[in-house]
Amino acid sequence: MITRRSLLITGAGGLLAGCDAVGRSPVGKSILGGGEDAQHFLQRSIVGRDALAREFRADQMSPRFRVNGSKSADTPDYLAHAANNFADWRLRIDGLVRRPFGVSLAQLRSMPQRAQITRHDCVEGWSAIGKWQGPQLSQLLDLAGLRPEARFIVFHCADLYRGTPYYESIDLIDAYHPQTILAWAMNDAPLTTGHGAPLRLRVERQLGYKHAKFVMRIEAVASLAGIGGGKGGYWEDSNGYQWYAGI
Amino acid sequence: MPEAPEPVPDAPPPRIVYRHRLVTRVWHWINAVAVIVLIGSGLTISNAHKRLYWGDYGANYDHAWLEVPRWPGWLTIPSLYNLAAARSWHLTFALVLAFGLLIYLIWSLANRHIQRDLRVRKDELAPRHLLDDLKAHLALRFHDPANPAAYNIFQKLSYAGVLFVLLPVLVFSGLALSPGMDAGWPWLIDIFGGRQSARSVHFIAMALLTLFIVVHLTLVILAGALNEVRSMITGKWEVPE
Repeated sequence: MITRRSLLITGAGGLLAGCDAVGRSPVGKSILGGGEDAQHFLQRSIVGRDALAREFRADQMSPRFRVNGSKSADTPDYLAHAANNFADWRLRIDGLVRRPFGVSLAQLRSMPQRAQITRHDCVEGWSAIGKWQGPQLSQLLDLAGLRPEARFIVFHCADLYRGTPYYESIDLIDAYHPQTILAWAMNDAPLTTGHGAPLRLRVERQLGYKHAKFVMRIEAVASLAGIGGGKGGYWEDSNGYQWYAGI
Repeated sequence: MPEAPEPVPDAPPPRIVYRHRLVTRVWHWINAVAVIVLIGSGLTISNAHKRLYWGDYGANYDHAWLEVPRWPGWLTIPSLYNLAAARSWHLTFALVLAFGLLIYLIWSLANRHIQRDLRVRKDELAPRHLLDDLKAHLALRFHDPANPAAYNIFQKLSYAGVLFVLLPVLVFSGLALSPGMDAGWPWLIDIFGGRQSARSVHFIAMALLTLFIVVHLTLVILAGALNEVRSMITGKWEVPE
């Protein structure tokens, strides 16, 4: 006999099981994708282009900043540069730019710097506050001269995930945001290997997986279609994480 | 000798009242789906990092005031751990919850549902009245015979608590978890005292809302599930004897 209670319980259980089916169906995927697009659109509408992430005082920093993601980059090339303290290493800036160029770590350190104490929010839920320093990405992009058709900036990294080098991308709003820097220093010391030496991206209004570590090359592109699986980043392509990670 | 037929007393016809207006019914069910999806997907997100902290920061090396259990697959959306998919569900239905609530609150102010049905009168809060109502609840009498369609004081307090406190707190503490929104609306983190505090508040509010749902469903069953559920579908409610 169907009791009211068993009906309710079956209904609730069925709803949860149904969610799995809906989430896998094309219609379900497009509805959920639409929700993500709506969140992205709403945030871009509400939050000013140059609205700053909060900056903290030195005494508000995390006593210990957790290392997450790749702890190192295990390619022979990277290890050779690391052994040499990145003295011969060059960051490459190319793609849809007028003047592609390479820049050394010493040059990056001698450019005008921005230092900021900000909160790093992981997609998993934890937060850590640390100090980051480096040149603004906008300076490097201006030196290279973006072509008008450039729409996204892609970061190619040295660390491997299942044999694939990590990559991430951001739009030009975040690329030109004043707090978007290429950090070579963390907490007043050169980046450690675990935090992405020699260089990591800081894109302070988005979640941790956008903050590419071990950055080797910066590429300006018109579309993300040709990058990896086409969704703009390693986690986006491999696991369906949101490309816009401001939420 | 034939028995004299016993006189059958005429049963009074069941009295039907129109209890819930269309906008209340539509919002109730949309919101019910949103809340269930949000709790299920939120529990998946909780499984990604089970520790809760107070303040601006908090990670594995920091002091956690609570470590919640790992939620089993039959409670989570999706049932197999997938943080990216859970976030898709959560962020999509967060919009349904937030905008649904906003529209419902404005509408219910305009049609005077809130002022008429949820307004707490002073005498209802008198200890004597609260005690009497509690006794009535324990005796499974939930309605004032003189005005059966009116909400009793515990209903008013719990519905108002969900509408005006729990759901808004869930929306704003959820928004405070977004690094993008924190840049645009810095007061979001200030009202909760830091992002990790907002995350803890978000979790506590979810737990209270879950408690409400359990009590709500229990009382629906005790009050007569068929009649109560029908009233939330068609609006028509049969006044209990």
